[in-house]
Amino acid sequence: MSTFSAIGEEREIDRDEYTPGVEPQPTWCPGCGDFSVLKALKQALPEVGRTPEETLLCTGIGCSGKLNSYLDTYGFHTIHGRSLPVARAAKLANPDLEVIAAGGDGDGYGIGGNHFVHTARENHDMTYIVFNNEIFGLTKGQTSPTSPKGHKSKTQPSGSAKEPIKPLSMSLNAGASYVARTAAVNPNQAKEIITEAIEHDGFAHVDFLTQCPTWNKDARQYVPYIDVNESDDYEFDKTDRVEAAEMMRETEESLYEGEVLTGRFYVDEERPSYGAEKQAIGEMPDEPLAERYWDDDYEWERSHDMFLDKHA
Amino acid sequence: MTDDELIWRISGGSGDGIASTSQNFAKALMRSGLNVFTHRHYPSRIRGGHTYTEVRASADPVESRGDGYNFLLALGDSFARNPQEEAVYGNEEIKPLSENLDELREGGVIVYDEGLLDASEIPNFDERVEENDWHVFPLDLRGLARDQGREVMRNTAGVGATCALTGMDLDHVQDLMRDAMPEKILEPNLEILQIAYDQVREEYDVDAPDVSVPTGEHDETQLLMSGSDAISYGAIDEGCRFIAGYPMTPWTEVFTIMTQNLPKLGGISEQVEDEIAAAALAVGASHAGVKAMSGSSGGGFALMSEPLGLAEMTETPVVLVEAMRAGPSTGMPTKPEQSDLEHVLYTSQGDSQRVVLAPGTVEEAYEQSRLAFRLAYEYQIPSILLYDQKLGGEMKNVPKSHFDREPNPTLGKTLSEDALADEPHSADGKFHRFQHDVEDGVSPRSIPGQKGGRFLATGNEHDPTGHIAESPDNRVAQIDRRTQKLEAIRDDLDEEDTGSYAGPEDAEYGILTFGSQQGTVEEAVGRLNDAGISVKSYGVSDMLPFPTEQVEAFVASVDEVLVVEMTASGQFRGLVQKNLGRYGEKLSSLLKYNGNPFEPAEIVDGFEAAVVEGDGDASGHQTTFVPAAGD
Repeated sequence: MSTFSAIGEEREIDRDEYTPGVEPQPTWCPGCGDFSVLKALKQALPEVGRTPEETLLCTGIGCSGKLNSYLDTYGFHTIHGRSLPVARAAKLANPDLEVIAAGGDGDGYGIGGNHFVHTARENHDMTYIVFNNEIFGLTKGQTSPTSPKGHKSKTQPSGSAKEPIKPLSMSLNAGASYVARTAAVNPNQAKEIITEAIEHDGFAHVDFLTQCPTWNKDARQYVPYIDVNESDDYEFDKTDRVEAAEMMRETEESLYEGEVLTGRFYVDEERPSYGAEKQAIGEMPDEPLAERYWDDDYEWERSHDMFLDKHA
Repeated sequence: MTDDELIWRISGGSGDGIASTSQNFAKALMRSGLNVFTHRHYPSRIRGGHTYTEVRASADPVESRGDGYNFLLALGDSFARNPQEEAVYGNEEIKPLSENLDELREGGVIVYDEGLLDASEIPNFDERVEENDWHVFPLDLRGLARDQGREVMRNTAGVGATCALTGMDLDHVQDLMRDAMPEKILEPNLEILQIAYDQVREEYDVDAPDVSVPTGEHDETQLLMSGSDAISYGAIDEGCRFIAGYPMTPWTEVFTIMTQNLPKLGGISEQVEDEIAAAALAVGASHAGVKAMSGSSGGGFALMSEPLGLAEMTETPVVLVEAMRAGPSTGMPTKPEQSDLEHVLYTSQGDSQRVVLAPGTVEEAYEQSRLAFRLAYEYQIPSILLYDQKLGGEMKNVPKSHFDREPNPTLGKTLSEDALADEPHSADGKFHRFQHDVEDGVSPRSIPGQKGGRFLATGNEHDPTGHIAESPDNRVAQIDRRTQKLEAIRDDLDEEDTGSYAGPEDAEYGILTFGSQQGTVEEAVGRLNDAGISVKSYGVSDMLPFPTEQVEAFVASVDEVLVVEMTASGQFRGLVQKNLGRYGEKLSSLLKYNGNPFEPAEIVDGFEAAVVEGDGDASGHQTTFVPAAGD
């Protein structure tokens, strides 16, 4: 029996396999957009052919972090903002795993903003879903990095004086090779985009607009959205950085004022993933490092044989 | 210790090749059969400024820097004075000569580069030379090297002069140069070495050298190795193949050595955006089934507090190394201190569980690096290897046989897929990653990608399957089990017996210390016993779990105990008292926190002042060592 025989297993996968058997109902509020992310993942993973046991889902803290409790894969519910460094190391240690990271807008763009930029820069082969509801939900309604300017909350009583983060432009500029935005109110598009993101060989960033019916009733994410890939009004080449950047600028401005634009904004199929780059320069083994610890025939090198002569 | 020793100090500006020259010279001395020990002192700047390295060589084993030194090679700071333009753009150009004189022993030798240094700039130089019976050799090392085409090779000229004045054969230096230098620069260096050697022997009467190189002989192959080397090789031999880090002095040394070697071994090194990420990467890699480490120095380790707690709660094995330097905050980046002890013991919130080991010597650095990995993976707990800038940077000779041990790549209690398929791991269709009832508290784990081992790791309190749970019974069961592991580790460490004892067992007095001061304390203990004072020492290397029984037995067996450490607040003494709960009246402290490690004589003097000459009632008083002027 192979050590990691769940990896690459080809079989019919039932969506219910991802549902924990004895878990209580999700603690998300009725009408929460997070249910849509859960549903999209449950649809996408079997479609891509990834089993629960070859999937590692890493989350941060907050309502989004609870995803781990409701999607029954191998999981690592980490700490606030830190899902990405944990996820990318797991991917380097065992590139055969399907690694998915998830977080919220405070978690991913605020406290974890530095990791977000650097993970995109390195273009790790993983999917990063950010539940963007423009509010801190679990701590009961504080202004978040994506809350619009002027947003009033208990912690910004006079209305926020800050411009919101532009997450799509951020990840494009940092180096992500797949950047998309979808919304909880459109489950079909969400499923398609999540499926594509998982299949993409590189860092796939999905900004997932998830309404918060309890703390952010005013968010414009409730209004009908437009899919830029399907509307004749928004013709652009999503493989062209310049056109993609311009399109992102437009959607990130209109999110708070005009129309809510979603879709695939940038797709680069050419750029190699970080793991491939590292292998190419000889800084990463061709076989998964994690496999080596289970290979009884492998001869472990010793410093005594390899390095000590230079000290003599 | 013997009087027959050479302590050679080479001084110059950072970036002038002081470190590499001293390392090569130390290796040549080692190859000639001597025991060597090096001590580094350098400023936090890239080029220029006052830096020196001491190489102590003796036929007897050496485990410490000495008291002062007896041979100064002052090369000049080429970055303070621009040699091409003769322009002075620093105010430190004379420091390589002036800054070192306070510690030069009576009868010592001074060789200085008169091409770069002007002794007349030093106040009362001639008087001091006469007073101390120093032997001064002004040599135009710079001019000599320039004549051979490469001014930077004045270091080599200085080594040639050293050999001529100490009666050392050039053979070993020449052999070493052939091994260490690329073809292109080898020939001119060999020439400069010979010319400087001949010139000194012709110009000066060197038949009866005032300071000589002793002779010695080793039975077996010796290696010149630093604490940072030893930590790295220990990790590699224990199967570590993943490291993530962010540069910070002095931890960078381990990070660099690992990074240079891991790819050759099919391993992975990642330089990442910050220390939070670095430690989180190590946790992620370990979760995925690889032996992983990270590390930093004080300020960077502060950032690792979060992932450290995550590793504890998720019981993910990981090794973090902490290379202490003087703090708080940025402190003194290149100067040693031991004042991060409480930081690593207590950082991170909650009732947390970890292992903290503090090696005392280069040999122990290798052993305890291996031990840190073994404990982390066997007990699924983070281990911290705590050392300091002194131990990381000092080099000494160690027999090659010390490293001739089998590798240990085992992952501890990690289940195969066959085992995962068996009961009771698959009870109620779920893998119970965090079972309550397991002997020694260690619940077997699975690795993502394995069939039948699916579980959730979370920093929240969780039930046996890993899911978030806050019931009182579960909370108590989980925290009790995690704590239980520490008891098992304490028993394990008792077997290992990692402390270091010196001096007669039935001694009247005792000295307790930890970490890098151990060798210096042991040398001081030897001298005190030679002087008729009955004293023994115990270098404690397990900080957590603490070897309470052993330390209690040691303290109980003597009348008084001096606790020696490089902190201002007596952190180690506090740890001893916390664990012993009594005997506090027997302890007094000798503290040093001026950026330099102890010299043996300071411990001898401090011991005599605090314990022997004390009024017989040293009850709880704290003797703070007041550093000498200019130290």
